[in-house]
Amino acid sequence: MIALLIRDLRLALRAGGGFGLGLAFFLLLAVLIPLGVGPEGGTLAKIAPGILWVGALLACLLSLDRIFALDFEDGSLDLLATAPIPLEGAVAVKALAHWLVTGLPLTLAAPLLGVLLHLPGQGYGWLLASLALGTPALSSIGAFGAALVVGVKRGGLLLSLLVLPLYVPTLIFGAEVVKRGAAGMDVGVPLALLAAITLGAMAALPFASALALRINLR
Amino acid sequence: MELVVQDLAVARGGLCVLEGLGFALAPGAALILRGANGIGKTTLLRTLAGLQPGLRGTISAPPESIAYAAHADGLKATLTVTENLAFWAAVHGTSGVEAALAHMNLTLLRDRRAANLSAGQKRRLGLARLLVSGRPIWLLDEPTVSLDTASVALFGAVVRAHLAAGGAAVIATHIDLGLPEAQLLDLTPFRARGEVQASHGFDEAFL
Repeated sequence: MIALLIRDLRLALRAGGGFGLGLAFFLLLAVLIPLGVGPEGGTLAKIAPGILWVGALLACLLSLDRIFALDFEDGSLDLLATAPIPLEGAVAVKALAHWLVTGLPLTLAAPLLGVLLHLPGQGYGWLLASLALGTPALSSIGAFGAALVVGVKRGGLLLSLLVLPLYVPTLIFGAEVVKRGAAGMDVGVPLALLAAITLGAMAALPFASALALRINLR
Repeated sequence: MELVVQDLAVARGGLCVLEGLGFALAPGAALILRGANGIGKTTLLRTLAGLQPGLRGTISAPPESIAYAAHADGLKATLTVTENLAFWAAVHGTSGVEAALAHMNLTLLRDRRAANLSAGQKRRLGLARLLVSGRPIWLLDEPTVSLDTASVALFGAVVRAHLAAGGAAVIATHIDLGLPEAQLLDLTPFRARGEVQASHGFDEAFL
């Protein structure tokens, strides 16, 4: 399983692996929003939590179809399915690798972009915390969507349509944490719900994803 | 360590292609599958590998004993030859990457990226994966595609060594691998007579 993690990270970091694609998209989005909305600090500060979370979500979506589609095309997925590691574990590891190359960099870059969007000072810690807590759910849910569309040619658009609605709860509670944190309010409830979504997704979805993969491999 | 197949029926795309198939494969034996294109050789091998369920019948093999080599080699273009093979060795918890490279005549190419290999070299690397899988029963689907005659002979020797060590192999091929002791199984008599299989549940035509 560790070998699989190392391989996926190595593939992502090599040429054409797509590492940095999501991050660059996130940066561009956060730069474009102030240009489009205008430089008034009040307006930007108000929409900053939502923008940063929607940006993270879309950036995450960009690289989802790579999780399984590339392995499916070159035949490695067949071989992984017959390998001694359980497919559920392989799915979980691939979701983790996806998080390490997209979710984690997004989380670390987000405070910097908060400055561009005039995020109030108290919000930075909560922005970091909510993304760190919420982006693993994005990768887990995304891996499930990718497993569903794995045999479909050009499944990227279908994947977006499937996965974006599933991202709604994560988005709502994630952005709510930042909004409340920035306003100096209590963040306990949305933070707990965000954690619950992430833990639930990480615990249950590898099984669903592995089942979807087995059906698609037939 | 024996692969026993009884009254097996396999389907592709919801359509039964082979039925009533039975054979037993003892350690050290090889079975060569013959039959026209589309008769179901690949489907049979995928069913034996456990990638899809059979319609009827039983397949009994010890758990985790089957290594499957498909048409696609499962190589990553941006990894080197050694990295590709070392990954599969780690997944299967075995060592012997060096020996596998030597057996398939890949030692000189070890640091080359898989993207820069020729088709035949890729095939050799894909077959070297069988050696690091450490599994006794090999299912080979047209293993000699894009191999030159020297490589076919090389691979034939590798299969013979595997059989001599107590392994077994089911090979779908049209080329003589130089395995005179192998049994031949012509699939033509087992061709299903156009029986349409009702889709079992929601998972056919899933998306």
